[in-house]
Amino acid sequence: MATTTGPSKSVVELSSATVRFCGDSGDGMQLAGSQMTLTSALVGNDVATFPDFPAEIRAPRGKKFGVSGFQIHFASKDIYTPGDQVDALVAMNPAALVTNLTDLVPGGVLIVNADEFNKNNLRLAECATNPLEDNSLANYQLFSVDMTRLTRAAVEDLGLGVKESDRCRNFFAMGLVFWLYDRPLEPTLRYIDDKFGKKPAIAEANRRALTAGYNYGETTDAFVSQYRVEKAKLPAGKYKNITGNQATAYGLLAAANRSGCELFFAGYPITPASDILHELSRHKNFGVRTFQAEDEIAAVTSLIGAAYGGAMAVTASSGPGIALKAEGAALAVMTELPLIIINVQRGGPSTGLPTKTEQADLLQAMFGRNGECPLAILAPRSPADCFEIVQEAWEIAVNFMTPVMVLSDGYLANGSEPWRIPDVSTLSKIAVEHPPGPQNGSLFYPYLRNEKLARPWAIPGTPGLMHRIGGIEKQDKTGSISYDPKNHQHMVDTRANKIAGIAQHLPLQTVDGPERGRLLVLSWGGTYGACQTAVRDALERGLSVAHCHLRYLNPLPRNLGEILRSYDRVLVPELNRGQLRLLVRSEFLVDCQGLNKVQGKPFTVKELSRQIDQMLG
Amino acid sequence: MSVDTTLPVLTPDDFASDQDVRWCPGCGDYSILKQMKVALAAIGVPREQTVFVSGIGCSSRFPYYMNTYGIHSIHGRAPAVATGLKVSRPELSVWVITGDGDALSIGGNHLMHAIRRNLDINIILFNNRIYGLTKGQYSPTSVLGQVTKSTPMGVVDNPLSPLSVAIGCEATFVARSVDVYAKHLVDTLQRAAAHKGTSFVEVYQNCSVFNDGAWDYATDKSSKSDTVLELTHGKPLIFGANKDKGIRLNGTLPEVVTLGQGVREDDLLFHDAHTPEPTLAYLLSRMRQPDFPEPIGVFRDVQAPCYEDGIARQIDDARQARGPGDLQRLFASGETWTVE
Ligand SMILES: Cc1ncc(C[n+]2csc(CCOP(=O)(O)OP(=O)(O)O)c2C)c(N)n1
Repeated sequence: MATTTGPSKSVVELSSATVRFCGDSGDGMQLAGSQMTLTSALVGNDVATFPDFPAEIRAPRGKKFGVSGFQIHFASKDIYTPGDQVDALVAMNPAALVTNLTDLVPGGVLIVNADEFNKNNLRLAECATNPLEDNSLANYQLFSVDMTRLTRAAVEDLGLGVKESDRCRNFFAMGLVFWLYDRPLEPTLRYIDDKFGKKPAIAEANRRALTAGYNYGETTDAFVSQYRVEKAKLPAGKYKNITGNQATAYGLLAAANRSGCELFFAGYPITPASDILHELSRHKNFGVRTFQAEDEIAAVTSLIGAAYGGAMAVTASSGPGIALKAEGAALAVMTELPLIIINVQRGGPSTGLPTKTEQADLLQAMFGRNGECPLAILAPRSPADCFEIVQEAWEIAVNFMTPVMVLSDGYLANGSEPWRIPDVSTLSKIAVEHPPGPQNGSLFYPYLRNEKLARPWAIPGTPGLMHRIGGIEKQDKTGSISYDPKNHQHMVDTRANKIAGIAQHLPLQTVDGPERGRLLVLSWGGTYGACQTAVRDALERGLSVAHCHLRYLNPLPRNLGEILRSYDRVLVPELNRGQLRLLVRSEFLVDCQGLNKVQGKPFTVKELSRQIDQMLG
Repeated sequence: MSVDTTLPVLTPDDFASDQDVRWCPGCGDYSILKQMKVALAAIGVPREQTVFVSGIGCSSRFPYYMNTYGIHSIHGRAPAVATGLKVSRPELSVWVITGDGDALSIGGNHLMHAIRRNLDINIILFNNRIYGLTKGQYSPTSVLGQVTKSTPMGVVDNPLSPLSVAIGCEATFVARSVDVYAKHLVDTLQRAAAHKGTSFVEVYQNCSVFNDGAWDYATDKSSKSDTVLELTHGKPLIFGANKDKGIRLNGTLPEVVTLGQGVREDDLLFHDAHTPEPTLAYLLSRMRQPDFPEPIGVFRDVQAPCYEDGIARQIDDARQARGPGDLQRLFASGETWTVE
């Protein structure tokens, strides 16, 4: 096996590297990227990824809009982003090259499949001349490899058709990159066995293509050196690589387990939320009941029934689906039932950019329902954090009898990072109480409130607690229909106070950096990594800046106002036109400046650094 | 020590909640509410095991008036609410109360899917052929040409037949009754409750304010024997004050014939509620005044697997095959590595 022979060429040590695979959407680039990620994680690097793909399932081949990419940042230190720029780019055709080249660092490694740079593909990519020949790539270390030819040769005698042979090219590309960064092939070989075990010829072809790519790097003189990124010093423990959506599903299972509730998950397929439904559907042995509803409205209203029945009821969708769920969410607010609504945000409005990320549904979450209709809102900060956040969401939901909205996003959902597997036996219980029945003949009041202003969660099947809930205003305590003006004011205020009161039970907000200073960077959700990296970098450069990252968006942390007033200026970077900024300004009367981007892409660290420098300059 | 295991005997009054019933005087909903209490008392399911779920509309206020568990939800969504409840709590007896607008207009999609999934729930559609709560706009069952607040020049959209819709979705139990047919209604509700699977019952309901008399032909003592035909499984389709008229098949179409004039009982169409094929039930659901008497009673009553059982079975099967869920094992599945 090639991997056991050890490197025969010079080895350059790096602290981190960023690699991007790109090609047609049918070229298997997502697979190449995820295998590279998994392998890098297994060798002990910290990793962060950014899969980026077109909305079309199979765009016409060779066109620029059909290019699919997967970026992996791996390092021997803690990293929080998939990297601004790419150190090594693998481009499977001209369209992939021209659409991705701007992100490659000058002098970076550029590996192209030269066989695809024919007249037709150059025309499709709108290239006037062949970039492999016109000297336009002189600034990069260009490796022009005949991947199609070499792959076909490697699988020649297996009796595969041309199409099937060519489908192995991504494994050739992987093999070559694995060699370049001194990664072992074993995990991918295991993957091949697992995935293609039932089709021996295909499995063998992929194995050969992978090995051929690896050996190509080893033997050709073109590559003079290999790179190596040492293990990262992560906290001790057992790890696995996890995407945000998978972490969300795991977190939901953990929350159900911790609370002793049966998990009921209803959803209607929508990118980028569907994977949560897929993942949960695979774990029926946990007792999870998954319901693929006829639409998002049915999904959220089925939660009302399930929650009334005592289940842990959860739905996940994205912007357009969340819009449809608004009426049902309002009913959950009105009936004061605990449920979780996950919004994996994507570019909007309407269908928008279905496969691209955005953070523009915060105001929808806050205000996108009729009437005074507050609910709790939380946002995870990284893929692995999705695991924690949904458990916190469930704890808040049952403690306060309220729906909780979780704002994930496409970047977190599809991106991945190492996740330290928790010791399940140490997870604490989430206390859930269902009143047992009337005590010594007393009347039952479905809207009698406890000190948290939560009403009792009495469930059908309990003798003596029969009660009716619904969307018409209720008299406090009794739950009878009431049109009394004073009661309505009281109930509206009570529902608002209940949500506001959650803040008393949340941890105080902390900042990373000095407790007062010239600039505070205030962020939320998936921009955490980029903001964190930029602020730490600025701190190292001696700048007076701190980072405050919000997990709790409604209610906001109770010391946030104090924090905001401890800095001369506040910068709020968001992947929207200033939604958190609007809320913070109106809530605290503190001026903030926005850094706003709506391009379907996460922030680069450089964009943030530039803004920080400018504001402190 | 002996334990008393007999269930307390419930009376219809035990099902009355403490809420004032606030329908208009003369509304057909009063009678349906009353017969429901009678039926439930007879069925004997404990009140705490019974849940009423409704959408929005006059009829959908129903849950407030029942001393059971209940959800008054949002317009058209009751079937979806009931789905979540039934899937997570299959042991409960779940009743959906809906109106013609609620079920067939805004909630058409949910109705269709609840029925085709065959959840073990009872859907009772109060059909007054009008929007009551919003004060008199036409509904999906209003007749062509009907003048309403929103159609001063008459309705131009074709009415839906609720039963044809339900049968089109292959509902396993389909029946029709009339608000003022007290005994028939009680009996129909009881049979719906006894059915395992989705029971769909249309109840002709008078709206005394916005569509008064829409069902007069079915309730008027002088005409009803000619306009209404009571279905009985295994029996020929006979109607008329003198039981001398019947329905015969002419090719694939029904026709009204008079017995005696060369037509014998055996020539008539015989009702078969248990045939797996929904064609006969569909044909019956198409019989409309003034050309035909309108059938009441049970159109279709067949057995089929229930959705919630399917879900529960998959959970059991998964546990059989893989053992109960083990979080630690799941989290550690796939490729992992250890940092010392
Ligand atoms: C989303 C939404 N749209 C419209 C309404 C207004 N609305 C309330 S009841 C109703 C019609 C009810 O008609 P039907 O189902 O026939 O019931 P009925 O009142 O006649 O019993 C409408 C349109 C609403 N409550 N919610």
